[in-house]
Amino acid sequence: MKGFTKLTYTELKLQIREPIAVFFTLAFPVMLLVLFGAIFGNEADETLSGYGRIDLSVPGYIGMIIGTIGMLGIPVTLANYRDLGILRRLRATPVQSGTVLWSHVVTQVVIAFVGIVLLFVVGSAFYDLRAPDGNAMVIPAIVIGAFSFFAIGFVLAGVMPTARTAQVVGMAIFYPMLFLSGAAMPRFIMPEIVQNISQLLPLTHVVILIEDLWLHGTWNLTSLAVVVTMFVVGLIVSRYTFRWE
Amino acid sequence: MSNVIEVHNLQKSYGQEVAVGGVSFSVQKGEIFSVVGPNGAGKSTIIETIIGLRKADGGQISVLGLDPQQDARELGNRIGTQLQQAALPDRMKVWEALDLYASFYERTIPWEPLLEQWGLGDKRNAQFGNLSGGQKQRLFICLALLNDPEIVFLDELTTGLDPQSRRATWELVTAIRDQGKTVVVISHYMDEVEALADRVAIIDHGQLIALDTPANLINELHGETKVHFTSSNGFELNLLSAVDGVTSVSQDNNHITVSGHGSLLARVAAVLAQQNVAPADLRVEHPSLEDVFLKLTGKTIVN
Repeated sequence: MKGFTKLTYTELKLQIREPIAVFFTLAFPVMLLVLFGAIFGNEADETLSGYGRIDLSVPGYIGMIIGTIGMLGIPVTLANYRDLGILRRLRATPVQSGTVLWSHVVTQVVIAFVGIVLLFVVGSAFYDLRAPDGNAMVIPAIVIGAFSFFAIGFVLAGVMPTARTAQVVGMAIFYPMLFLSGAAMPRFIMPEIVQNISQLLPLTHVVILIEDLWLHGTWNLTSLAVVVTMFVVGLIVSRYTFRWE
Repeated sequence: MSNVIEVHNLQKSYGQEVAVGGVSFSVQKGEIFSVVGPNGAGKSTIIETIIGLRKADGGQISVLGLDPQQDARELGNRIGTQLQQAALPDRMKVWEALDLYASFYERTIPWEPLLEQWGLGDKRNAQFGNLSGGQKQRLFICLALLNDPEIVFLDELTTGLDPQSRRATWELVTAIRDQGKTVVVISHYMDEVEALADRVAIIDHGQLIALDTPANLINELHGETKVHFTSSNGFELNLLSAVDGVTSVSQDNNHITVSGHGSLLARVAAVLAQQNVAPADLRVEHPSLEDVFLKLTGKTIVN
């Protein structure tokens, strides 16, 4: 793994210098939190089993961060690096392919965590956000959810012919999923048929996994199985679909 | 002299299309070896197979005694490459690129002097995307030299450079050789190859069609030297035809061209002086590698 630390650190710096990416992964969810916090507040509501609106929204926003990075951040960045010949130049050094790929994963995990911590800090400071019931167990759930989505992101990066198609296809998949999965708005307000469709979406299971731990301190085993399967399949498939040029 | 690269019967196809059809050559330690040919001739494929970026369909390749596929990492540590169609992220700074690439190698030389030597000393904090074409090119050459490589591969290194920068680059490349390194230069500029290379391999349609020093290739051509000048006070062209070594004289309006062999310029000038003709634009044109290519392939290299 020679060069791993420096590659990851450099990649983090590059991501931070990209204002649009930073906005969508870090600022956008916080903006939604503040916006809906201002509209609805976070008072305990009997019709919502005693939770506030923000308490119910934050696990979904975490799913939003994971989904944005997995469906847009990773595929677009990697396809762009491939289109421009950045991967080609790296390949002409002794650096190992795994080192390059893992540096991207770790970079995105760090960015996701910065975004999540930001949500938590802003939510706690202004809206008295409930701490997760599952306490620390919510962290491994987030990590598993992130890894499974990032693995799918790598598959997309390999399959998409150019960065532009990666962007268009990523958005076409991600935005409907964002609204149907409960990441952007709670599923309980949706009609039953929409909720059933929602069960078929990968992001839904990431949100459920985090939600259940955050609000009730329990692991949803079905969602866990779905997410783990996604990770394993994504990891295996991405090995075959990945291209350097 | 020992060979650092040995290529035997190299073959590579992309689908139905044959990119390289059985090429053999060897590169000697400490020379500037040039692979030249028109765009699409298979030059880059040959080089990318030698450095291990592509797998050959057939034939044997040995680089520093290593197999480019099986010993990829060791080879990567001992060679340096500047590739066509390669890039760095736009927002990566020059120093970050050098610092990062240095971390990939077992052994590196300090990069600050390299930057100075290649005229990028004041660009260390500039972002890659803000560099000019020539500066990017020189940064890539610095990256190729970071690990103090035994062989340096430079693919189309002066593309996009102005004539002055091209000459400066040639001098620096010669300096790399003079440090004892082997340099492999891929180019489609015949003047560049003629100025730089100790030996030239001419590639066309995936085949090696000639391999020798530029001087030998030109000599074997038995090409004619040409002397050009303009003269308005029409004098007897026959006087020039009679000069020793002249094979033909032609006139196009006031422009006169004398073709032939040997020390043509001196002899023609002597006759002109006798006739009190003193053209201001008397110049000589020697056969070049461009003519060699034309003779071998029946076409010019730039098409």
